Amino acid sequence: MNDHLIALSGVDMAIIAIYFVAVVGIGFYLKRFAESGEDFFMAGREMTAWVAGLSFVSANLGSLELLGWAGASYQYGILAAHWYWIGAIPAMIFLGIVMMPFYYICKTHSVPGYLELRYGPAASGLSAISFAFMTILMSGVNMFAMASVMRVLLGWNIHLSIWVSSVTVGLYVVAGGLFSAIFNEVLQFFLIWFGALLIPVLGLIETGGWDGMVARIQKNFPGQDFTHAWSTLGHFGDNPMGMHWTGIVFGLGAMLSMGYWTTDFLVVQRVLSAKDMRSAKMAPVLGSFFKMAVPLIVILPGLIGLAVLPSLAMPHPLGPESALLAGQHSYNDVLPLIMVRYFGPGLLGLGVTALIAGFMAGMAGNTSAFGTVWTYDIYRHFFNKNASDAHYVSMGRWCTIVGLVLSIGTAYLVMGFASIMDYVQALFGFFIAPLFPTVLIGMLWKRATGAGGFLGLLAGVVSSVSMFFTMKYVPSSIAIIALSDKAQGLARDMYQALWAGLICVVVTVVVSLMTQPKSDKELEGLVYGATAIPKEEDTGFWGKPIVWACVSLAIFALLQVIFW
Amino acid sequence: MEKHHIIPVWFFVGLLLAIYGALICFSGISEYSHLPNTVLAELHAPVWWGAIMTVVGVVYIVANRPK
Repeated sequence: MNDHLIALSGVDMAIIAIYFVAVVGIGFYLKRFAESGEDFFMAGREMTAWVAGLSFVSANLGSLELLGWAGASYQYGILAAHWYWIGAIPAMIFLGIVMMPFYYICKTHSVPGYLELRYGPAASGLSAISFAFMTILMSGVNMFAMASVMRVLLGWNIHLSIWVSSVTVGLYVVAGGLFSAIFNEVLQFFLIWFGALLIPVLGLIETGGWDGMVARIQKNFPGQDFTHAWSTLGHFGDNPMGMHWTGIVFGLGAMLSMGYWTTDFLVVQRVLSAKDMRSAKMAPVLGSFFKMAVPLIVILPGLIGLAVLPSLAMPHPLGPESALLAGQHSYNDVLPLIMVRYFGPGLLGLGVTALIAGFMAGMAGNTSAFGTVWTYDIYRHFFNKNASDAHYVSMGRWCTIVGLVLSIGTAYLVMGFASIMDYVQALFGFFIAPLFPTVLIGMLWKRATGAGGFLGLLAGVVSSVSMFFTMKYVPSSIAIIALSDKAQGLARDMYQALWAGLICVVVTVVVSLMTQPKSDKELEGLVYGATAIPKEEDTGFWGKPIVWACVSLAIFALLQVIFW
Repeated sequence: MEKHHIIPVWFFVGLLLAIYGALICFSGISEYSHLPNTVLAELHAPVWWGAIMTVVGVVYIVANRPK
């Protein structure tokens, strides 16, 4: 009896092997171009809008997300698409059109770098330390998740997967820095799309189109609605998620997604590498079109799974105690199960390579981000302010290796304590939700002071942590914090983010009004009203980022209507 | 991205897609008479999907080849 889902043929193994050779080869090719700090940490700030935009989306489109959200789609239906639509598109457009001028003009290398310029070292230090911690944790989680998934899918030894992937990522990131990370994210983007797009094509052929799929879902799960995105959100009990529309719009759309897409260092770093202001504004706008299309390869497979694989079980955390061992499959297995259903030799290899690419790009992205935040925002700022550029590049290369070793340690920690995975998403919520109002207030309100920014951020983090543990250990508090005792995990996250963000705003404003602001001269390049936004070169009507932003928002609105 | 005359990332994308597309297409052709045990195998997806990947890959290689 097979203890793994997929049996690879020779052509599949060749496809996987070629990928490993390609990424290491590209990394060593790029090494000669990554000798200065600007090159190693910021890819020379020479990325075109398309490269920056694709890597911006890819940095977020990892395999943990592919597998996890296909599973979430199986569990919650099309409601999971909100995390790709209202949970991303408005925020990406906002980043490109409103916030990028300030990030780009001040020539910062990171979000903590902006916070230091705007609020001073306290806010920057808090943000930098939390980013550094989170990137190592996420790199380790990606590493462990990949090894675990490969063990379940292919029967590969978990330790071998961890070490082979770490050494490969280490080789190409140490060699080429952010150039390598971005190049491989663009490769990953194409691999994931070509590896996964065939699934909904074949799935809809098998089910007889969208209507046929919906009919089968209704037959398999009578009385439940999995295919309407908004009409079931009028009451917490009307949908599989236990969610109300206010949580989706204000918690997810206004707070969590804004926090992630506009301040998460990993994604913002890619846009900061753009070659000019117009490219920096256009990159997230371009990315928004691709992000809107991701439900095709993530959400739709989950829905197809509901139609053709109706017997999957409650989700397990990705860990050694996989549902497969019990003879059942969990929701998180829906994407690989669908792959096995439709893909023979060759296509299977492509699909598995796409998953591997997604995991490794996630490790590389987090590792390169850790290197930048540690070198510039922690080491240079607190320990060694006046070293040479070559010294910082060397530090960046060494801390990439250290970061990978720490990630391996984290991977083994997660292996030993699988419930840590439950805290990973929560950790993001603690730091990201309050960071967005802190950065936004800093960009739009001259009166915001250093003390206000730091204390607002701290209050947001502390309140987020407090709410998380209160809801965990005092279940009766869920009805107050998440507005309903029926609220499930994701719904609780949304309201936790919303309240933490609001607390951050109130504290920032109150403390700022009681403390001394900086002068206009000190705020030049950092805040609206004290910054001359340079005129963009005239590229005609269709070359303007705002035009494409409007097109993107129009398509987004149309999708909400179609899938109401 | 043209600084230091770096080969564009699109060239590498094209190279990988062309190689993968050719491998998958030929694999699909080789199994034409003895199909794998998958749903909709009779559609021969590896053949046409591999061909599409190869064509896209070649276009990217030609359009972005190092000068």
